[in-house]
Amino acid sequence: MNAGAGAASVSGTPGAGTLAASVPELWDLVASEVAGGARFAGLMATRHPAGLALSAHVAGLGRVATWEAVLPPGAGSYPALSSALDAAFWYEREIHDLFGIIPEGHPRLEPLILPLLDEHAPRPQPGAPGPAPPGIWPDEHSIPRHVMGPGLFTIPHGPVRSGVMESIEYLVETPGEDIAHLNMRVFYKHRGIEKRFEQLPAADGVLLAERTEGVASVAHALAYCHALERLAGISVPWPAGLVRVLHAELERLAAHLDAAVRLADAGGLAVATARFGVAKERIARLVSRMCGSRFGRGVVVPGGVRALPQLGLAEFRAEIGRLERSITADARVLMGTASFLDRLRRTGPLRPERARQHGALGPIGKASGFSDDARLSRPYDAYPSLGLTGLRPHTDGDALARLQVRWDEVRQSFHLLRQAADELAEVSEGPLRAPCEVSSGRATGWAEAPQGEVLYDVAVQDGQIARCRPRSASFHNLVLFHEVFAGDILTDFPFIEASFGLSVAGVSL
Amino acid sequence: MSPWVLRGLRDGVVTTRWPGRPDPYADRWRGPATVADPRPAEVAGLASLCPTGAITTAADGSVRLDQGRCIQCGRCVDQRPDVFGWSLGPAAEALTRPALVMPQTSETEQGLAAVRAGLAARTTALRRSVHLRHVDAGSDGAEEQEIAALLNPVYDIHRLGIFFTASPRHADVLLVTGAGAHGMAEPLRRTYTGMPDPKVVVAVGTDAVSGGLAGSGYATAGGVGDVVPVDVWVPGSPPSPFTILHALLVALGRPPRRTEGQ
Repeated sequence: MNAGAGAASVSGTPGAGTLAASVPELWDLVASEVAGGARFAGLMATRHPAGLALSAHVAGLGRVATWEAVLPPGAGSYPALSSALDAAFWYEREIHDLFGIIPEGHPRLEPLILPLLDEHAPRPQPGAPGPAPPGIWPDEHSIPRHVMGPGLFTIPHGPVRSGVMESIEYLVETPGEDIAHLNMRVFYKHRGIEKRFEQLPAADGVLLAERTEGVASVAHALAYCHALERLAGISVPWPAGLVRVLHAELERLAAHLDAAVRLADAGGLAVATARFGVAKERIARLVSRMCGSRFGRGVVVPGGVRALPQLGLAEFRAEIGRLERSITADARVLMGTASFLDRLRRTGPLRPERARQHGALGPIGKASGFSDDARLSRPYDAYPSLGLTGLRPHTDGDALARLQVRWDEVRQSFHLLRQAADELAEVSEGPLRAPCEVSSGRATGWAEAPQGEVLYDVAVQDGQIARCRPRSASFHNLVLFHEVFAGDILTDFPFIEASFGLSVAGVSL
Repeated sequence: MSPWVLRGLRDGVVTTRWPGRPDPYADRWRGPATVADPRPAEVAGLASLCPTGAITTAADGSVRLDQGRCIQCGRCVDQRPDVFGWSLGPAAEALTRPALVMPQTSETEQGLAAVRAGLAARTTALRRSVHLRHVDAGSDGAEEQEIAALLNPVYDIHRLGIFFTASPRHADVLLVTGAGAHGMAEPLRRTYTGMPDPKVVVAVGTDAVSGGLAGSGYATAGGVGDVVPVDVWVPGSPPSPFTILHALLVALGRPPRRTEGQ
């Protein structure tokens, strides 16, 4: 294996990341990038005949770099990155669950997405060719239970929780009122999505991407298609880029309104809950009138979009105008309701230095003064030509700041929607789809979901997906949930959870 | 006075009157794909159109489509509009798994009548005090959004005497979403066992019915039917709130009258 320099490729994955000679060298490369201002964007592994490839993603201006090192076959461990870089904490636990390889020196190597009692049990091994592994049943007994101090007890909260929620278990350690410590178990709804991708032709992968994290269907489809389009070396036709922006921004509005519904509900504001719920329903209906699906599914295809919106642009503009007036007025009243703001202020704070260290994505990062919006720093589709400016800075990092960021983004989304609709009105007949034939290669693709950046690393071999790693913003951000309960009490929990606005489906793929 | 009082009065009544009155959004909803021409002139290549294997062709030249596998991607309708089309309206559910295969055969229709009578006998006592419990068994998160939408003022299912409850002990109906993740099998089973009789299980979404595109891999069971006994199967990726509501009313023996467009 040749050392460091140049874009050498790993066998079986031509066009893969820059190869480091060893894992410590790989970590040094990542550390120097991060020290130079880049953001640690993810860590993944792939099983190859030649060994286990560890790939780190580092996001900078205009690019996501992939650095890679290969462990020889039979290697049982490697020196952990988490001991130097906290942000890799969950990534290395996930890699351990999927491959059984041990990161030496990891601060707490407990199962995350696939708890198995037997350390030598068969693991999914994404990337390994051949048939998918037979059934693997998780066993929660393999997760140690610990309580941190005397007088504390644990309240298990989940996986079946009150309300209509995705399955996750929170273990809240408390002396009675304060939340002393919180643990999360995200494995319950692990679906084996990464292995499922490997059974699909590249063209069908977008359908699974849309169903990886439902509340970010469009963003996942975009990130997947961007990877394929980068491989094919094509850019999408201008009108297709505009249609993509329309759906991506409507998805953002729906997700931010959902966060507002949940926060208002937690605060007991019945009218606000109802009104934001109606607004969200109207957006879902608008999306379904445009494309038939309330989640924008089926719109984004490799190379472009399937069709123009079925709804006339005049009607679209009118509905957007009505929605903006209604939502803006309700949001203004909400942000003037003192009893509500009192519940959010200084609740669930994330310190700015932690947000920066972790590279916190989306509204969570922005509320703590760290912003790396893929639409701005690595723009795609029609975004470079539309007026998109940075948001006013926030540094409070509490649930209130996260809601303020969402309202700022809502305003920005309406602005983008109007611009994109105006541009689309000028477009004459033309193709909506560029040919996107990919036979072999590997590339990354990204898109800014409502929760933050979604990153896909896709390897294709002879038209079939050889490895596909979706990294959702939910996965990257949810680990921060451990850290935001300083001084908060049990009744703050729903506010903090709603202010994070993440989806468990994207965490435990 | 709180500004919310005026905000709340602002838009008047937004709640649908469905199922008492027709609702255009419900009636025009694009449901799962269906077979428009079960005996097309050319069947070669039809089965390979579907990424979830919902389409089968028989040696006698007939085509069948399993709506329980349909993820509404629209490839079959786009490629062969002569053979496939969309089903319209909120009625997508079936009371047995084979009844989701289109076109329906006369045997399934006869069997269905008996199943429908049995289900109605179980649920008739619930009348207008029905409590729902939802369990996510490995969904993509979209079905949860659509079930939760039933609580917004547009659908307002409380007006139909249907409520959500936190405790399985108070629940009459279990709504299950997701492809049947192995990690949720035991919590789902415990929730089901904890419910009093009579109880009804509704599998919400194509993932819950058949596993959908997630299929049956190392971590999923290809639907929830092997974990709990499903009474009502509701395909859709995800099904719309009206589709879920329609299925609930059918489960409760209160099927909405068919309206125009269906």
